Amino acid sequence: MTRFEGIRLFIVSVALLIIAAVPAQAQKLGPDGAPNPTASVTDQGTLLRQAPRIEGRIDIPDLKASVLEQPAGRTWDYFHEVLLHWGAAVVIAGTILLLGLAYLIIGRVRIAEGRSGHKILRFKAFERFSHWLTAISFVVLGLTGLNITFGKIVLLPLVGSDTFSDVAQAAKYVHNFTSFSFVAGLVLISVIFFKDNFLAKVDIDWLKQGGGFIRNKHAPAGRFNLGEKLVFWFSLVAGVAVSASGFLLLFPFYGTDIPEMQLAQVVHAVVAILFIALILAHIYIGTLGMEGAFEAMATGEVDLNWAKEHHDLWLARRLKEDHGDEPAATPAE
Amino acid sequence: MARMKFLCDADRCIECNACVTACKNENEVPWGINRRRVVTINDGKPGERSVSMACMHCTDAPCAAVCPVTCIYPTEDGIVLHNKDLCIGCGYCFYACPFGAPQYPKVGNFGSRGKMDKCTYCAGGGGSEAAGSAEEFAKYGSNRFGEGKLPLCAEMCSTKSLLAGDSDVIAQIYKERVLKRGYGSGAWGWMTAYREDIKV
Repeated sequence: MTRFEGIRLFIVSVALLIIAAVPAQAQKLGPDGAPNPTASVTDQGTLLRQAPRIEGRIDIPDLKASVLEQPAGRTWDYFHEVLLHWGAAVVIAGTILLLGLAYLIIGRVRIAEGRSGHKILRFKAFERFSHWLTAISFVVLGLTGLNITFGKIVLLPLVGSDTFSDVAQAAKYVHNFTSFSFVAGLVLISVIFFKDNFLAKVDIDWLKQGGGFIRNKHAPAGRFNLGEKLVFWFSLVAGVAVSASGFLLLFPFYGTDIPEMQLAQVVHAVVAILFIALILAHIYIGTLGMEGAFEAMATGEVDLNWAKEHHDLWLARRLKEDHGDEPAATPAE
Repeated sequence: MARMKFLCDADRCIECNACVTACKNENEVPWGINRRRVVTINDGKPGERSVSMACMHCTDAPCAAVCPVTCIYPTEDGIVLHNKDLCIGCGYCFYACPFGAPQYPKVGNFGSRGKMDKCTYCAGGGGSEAAGSAEEFAKYGSNRFGEGKLPLCAEMCSTKSLLAGDSDVIAQIYKERVLKRGYGSGAWGWMTAYREDIKV
């Protein structure tokens, strides 16, 4: 071996030894000097404190499989089986109870001066169609949706497992498809009635006069009173929330991961229950609660005395439209 | 009464996927369904550990609690079975499962998933088919448990890292192992699944 080859051999050997020595430093030794294999391991408890779930690497194309453990699943289960069940029962039963009390105490609000026998158009055909499209879709969605949460408690004991599964399967499809007619109706209603629902000063006066519930006071209102305006805005917000979360549930894991799906379900359920309570009150006042109200949405026409009592500003404007610039015609008395 | 559980010793798992292959073959699991999978934590770094995960057959199984048609239920041995005839494919069991066990065979309209499929502890299905029958096999896979055998994944494990069997027995095996070799990263998933851990 020449001197040059000797030096080259020496340098390469030293380089290889240095390279080999580096990984040795990664090896952790225990207190007794022996290698400690678990020294570098992050145990489950630490991992779960760092992040809400444990994830790793997998060979499967389905990325959801890379989640080894997501304890949030048990939390979501607690929400759905305990919180939602009790919350929904309290809210819906409570609403029905309050409405029952309202009927017993206040009763049906009659038209103070009785029917005049003369009618005026309040809702055009297209407006009524939009309302009923949304309303019937809502009732169908509400019932099929409540079946997911309460069906196994209320319906399953009555019809047995096999029939209930068939019903639940059909209800799931009905719920999924009816959601589209609901969204269409919601868009129509929002656009059609938008401009008549802006809050105005007259709404404060309406509230101060007791909102038409106190017999001797007259509560002024435009086309829609404060109560109706609140129903409109709450319905719009709730409708958007329930539609957006529902859309995510309709297309699971298209852009969402497990926590987002759990959140979408929570939002969908909570908003839906509150929405049901709101609409129960809306249905009450539009049917039982007030004489002369239902025909507005059924036929489109309302009695003049009813209009004068509950929507006087709107009536004045409508009569002016009908009769041009004549002094405001007073209804026949 | 025996309480059947799974325990994956992450310090022995070499990510060979024999358990995955055994399960797929024994139960004729269709493409795309992964009843059992191996997840590797800190891959390539010091402290890399692999865990074989399928249904843990939890105590107070959240999937069973949340199912809208109550098609999932625990047996006397603690095995969580489900009835595919009742399943409506709503997907709630997957949201509730801490371990991602439920699998769905279809990608249909508006989240239609088909009937949920998952590890059955090789104990057949929770439906009305006769135990060990061909109909049961077609729907749920093999029923080794009815023949007194343990799940094939654990039987085929090349390093005996995946243990299946009665809770006391496998906990004891794991404890002895940890004491003998002097280290152990714990029984992965036991606290969440069974609400108890193995103290060594």
